[in-house]
Amino acid sequence: MTTILPDMWEELEPLLGRVERPARYIGCEVGAVRPRHGPGKVAWLLAYPDAYEVGQPNQGLQILFEILNERDDSVAERAFAPWTDLESLMRARSLPLFSVDTHRRASEFDVLAFNLSSELVFTNVLNMIDLAGSPIRAEDRNEDDPIVIVGGHAAFNPEPLADFLDAVVLGEGEEVVGAITEVLARWKASGRPQGSRGDVLRELAGLHGVYVPSMYEVTYDGPRLVAVTPRYRDVPATVHKATVADLGRWPYPKSPMAPVTEVVHDRLAVEVFRGCTRGCRFCQAGMITRPVRERPAEQIRTMVRSGLERTGYDQVSLTSLSTADLSAIDDVVGALVNDPTACGTPSVSLPSLRVDAFTVGLAAQVAGRKRSGLTFAPEAGSWRLRSVINKLITEDDLYSAVESAFSNGWTRMKLYFLTGLPTETDEDTLGVAELARRCVELGRHHTNRSSVTVSLGGFVPKPHTPFQWFGQNTPDELRRKISLVRDATARQRGVQLRWHDPAASVAEGIASRGDRRIGRVIERVWRGGGVFQEWGEYFDLTRWEEAMAAEGLSIDWYVHRHRTQDELLPWSHLSAGLHEDFLWQDWQAALVGSGLEDCRWTPCYDCGVCTGYGIEHVVASPVPPAGGSQGTGQDLARGGEVPVRLTSGPST
Amino acid sequence: MTAPVSTTTVDVAGVSGVTGPEVKPDARWRLRYSKRHKLRFLGHRDVARVWERALRAAAIPVAMSAGFSPRPKMSFGLALPTGAESVAEYLDVTVTGEGLDDGEDLCSRVAPVLPPGLEVLAAAPIDAKAASLQEAVVASSWEFLVADTDAPTLNRAIERILEAPEVMVTRERKGASHVDDIRPAILELSVIVGSSLDVDDPRPRVRATLGQIGRGIRPGELVSVLLPEADTAAALQRVLRTHQWIESDGARREPLPAAEASLDAEGGTTWTPPTRPPGPIAVRERPATVMTGT
Repeated sequence: MTTILPDMWEELEPLLGRVERPARYIGCEVGAVRPRHGPGKVAWLLAYPDAYEVGQPNQGLQILFEILNERDDSVAERAFAPWTDLESLMRARSLPLFSVDTHRRASEFDVLAFNLSSELVFTNVLNMIDLAGSPIRAEDRNEDDPIVIVGGHAAFNPEPLADFLDAVVLGEGEEVVGAITEVLARWKASGRPQGSRGDVLRELAGLHGVYVPSMYEVTYDGPRLVAVTPRYRDVPATVHKATVADLGRWPYPKSPMAPVTEVVHDRLAVEVFRGCTRGCRFCQAGMITRPVRERPAEQIRTMVRSGLERTGYDQVSLTSLSTADLSAIDDVVGALVNDPTACGTPSVSLPSLRVDAFTVGLAAQVAGRKRSGLTFAPEAGSWRLRSVINKLITEDDLYSAVESAFSNGWTRMKLYFLTGLPTETDEDTLGVAELARRCVELGRHHTNRSSVTVSLGGFVPKPHTPFQWFGQNTPDELRRKISLVRDATARQRGVQLRWHDPAASVAEGIASRGDRRIGRVIERVWRGGGVFQEWGEYFDLTRWEEAMAAEGLSIDWYVHRHRTQDELLPWSHLSAGLHEDFLWQDWQAALVGSGLEDCRWTPCYDCGVCTGYGIEHVVASPVPPAGGSQGTGQDLARGGEVPVRLTSGPST
Repeated sequence: MTAPVSTTTVDVAGVSGVTGPEVKPDARWRLRYSKRHKLRFLGHRDVARVWERALRAAAIPVAMSAGFSPRPKMSFGLALPTGAESVAEYLDVTVTGEGLDDGEDLCSRVAPVLPPGLEVLAAAPIDAKAASLQEAVVASSWEFLVADTDAPTLNRAIERILEAPEVMVTRERKGASHVDDIRPAILELSVIVGSSLDVDDPRPRVRATLGQIGRGIRPGELVSVLLPEADTAAALQRVLRTHQWIESDGARREPLPAAEASLDAEGGTTWTPPTRPPGPIAVRERPATVMTGT
């Protein structure tokens, strides 16, 4: 039923001479699979709701792009948010959103699927649905409009976007996209008769890992949410995430692509394992991606080698949530460093480094001659607060890591911290400055150029974590804490301080734990011109405040209020496998500063994921890696030394 | 076709630390390539990064500079404005002794790892002492459309420029305005119908050879004096660089002709580009009609 239009390159081309960075609209990646369209194939437009240079490196997008293009019944292309200069030229000429692979119009696709890696992109999602020529509200779409789907980490609370979405994929997409394709292929073959859209959505609602918001009735009592009820008996009351049991069966991307223009992570990326059970209580990624599934070491080596040879990259990033935890990390890194490929010896980057001396040893092995800078994330300035958040790095770990880094030739270090954490006192906050001071001092024994950059981010509580009940600090309180650290580090030689805008944390807070009523707020912010909210130049909290006020909603209530145990959370019908009582107990344990060990090497404490889904850790080594003390084999009984309470609520 | 790297062109004395006779010295190669279609929107720096990766993916052993941050020894000709296409881009690359048979070897290894739109047209070894492209190129030839302008209008504008003793333009340089006479840099100027890429295209085009010595001039600057009332950004369309020129013994020639790469002196390698699918590219063809300046 879709008529084949010529691609829109000819219309787009004259505009590209008039915009900034036109290369971000041309695609042309080296190694990219060529999409092959055909009758009956379900055509997916995989969209990333931010600029090309941010979205192109996204691994989820690249993996699904390949899987869908390998199948006989589907084809996929990619789209990114056009920057505002191109968007206004496009809108003036009624040109729609387009794919970067073959520059097809969005209207030629059956599915418009967004990857949501953060909440501040929500307004861009609305903008792109609109640019695609589709009604933004799901209820206004008919059989000719695309099925709008989201997935990714921020899709674990899709309620603020519920009115605009047809379906949500919870968890990992590798298998789910196939199941969705099969349903949609049948629908397409049936000619999509009028009135059939609701039926196909209902069918999608029955798939494992798929949530269809319109199939649920939401009931409020005043401001409180009281029920989320399936409208039909065949629609599940709780939707569970999809999880790939064995990462080794999914060696994607097989044909990694190298962009022709510069992007944020401009190197080959190979995912070495998925999931993390360090149990950091603030970390949504570590909660929703359980259990740990390592990729076989041999497959990692093959993917690195063939990826480098295909793309010509000389740098590879071994990605995961904590790469030094990979069982075979020593062997994998050793092989890369000692066994050059046809393209020479690659430089290896290890993002998300654990904080200890072993890790620094690894970093020293791969850093070659350059010692550009090393990043650690202790997250909190005192052992007490680190016990609360379960980031169990002892002072010994930290200082031995720092000592080791300076003695290995590094002179610059970056330390990441969160502020506004549960139970945080000014003493904890000031601990950040003290830690930085001591790190610089350690460095002075090795070099007089030693410097430490401290980066402070305001903590935003996320759904499906033990901190989901915590009332986020107000921007004033965050600013006060930042200035405590600023004053304490002001006269310290070698310490630089950077911080994240506390105003942006408010908007992130609204979107993170919002319910469906926040949809109207997002729509207002978007209609008022609030796109690219992750970009400082476009972010303006006033837009969000005005939109909240106009909808009669309270920022205090949504963002800064502590939730109670009996409260129905907007995402409680969506499950990442974690028992709600596990999360609550872990929250109570946090409040008394009691730590929890990493279950991949210690007995199961039944968070619910493995037992509930019949899956388990895939970890090659039964013991933690050398030197990896963090959260394993250490005396956790020190928890609770300091009697702590929640600092008082919203208006501190 | 399989001529080996000509060692006679290499400045052996310049290679330090070479002891054994079995070690082949580094060799300089010159590549001519086109940059077309969607890739015309790729900036100069990005093109350089793409080449760096392509040579690595093709396992061409590019020599590295010495120092703390070794860089591959590559140098490009004059930057092509982003948005312009070209069938006359050049890249000089120094390749270590091992691993490269001839120009054909180089081209066939690089072709599959280049993005669609970049294509190697020729490759040949050059003298180790040859001047760099940056120093040697004296002029470029261009073709472009001027939107909403017919041939008579273009002809009148061209006549006016060619007859003018001087053509002053104001340009920004290091934050300050400078008034320059660009007339000496306008070496050739005419109107053609049909382009080097598509002889059947009926639209009139400007064809210009512009000097590149010193700061040189770009097609955009030329349009701003040809049609002072026009919005240059909108008027200038489909810019194509057809040639870059170097001078030797007073004669103008290309750094590397597209269809045959042959070294004049030492008799290096000769290479003919692989057969392309039937398409509009016909680099060595002259445009169908050259209209006179009246």
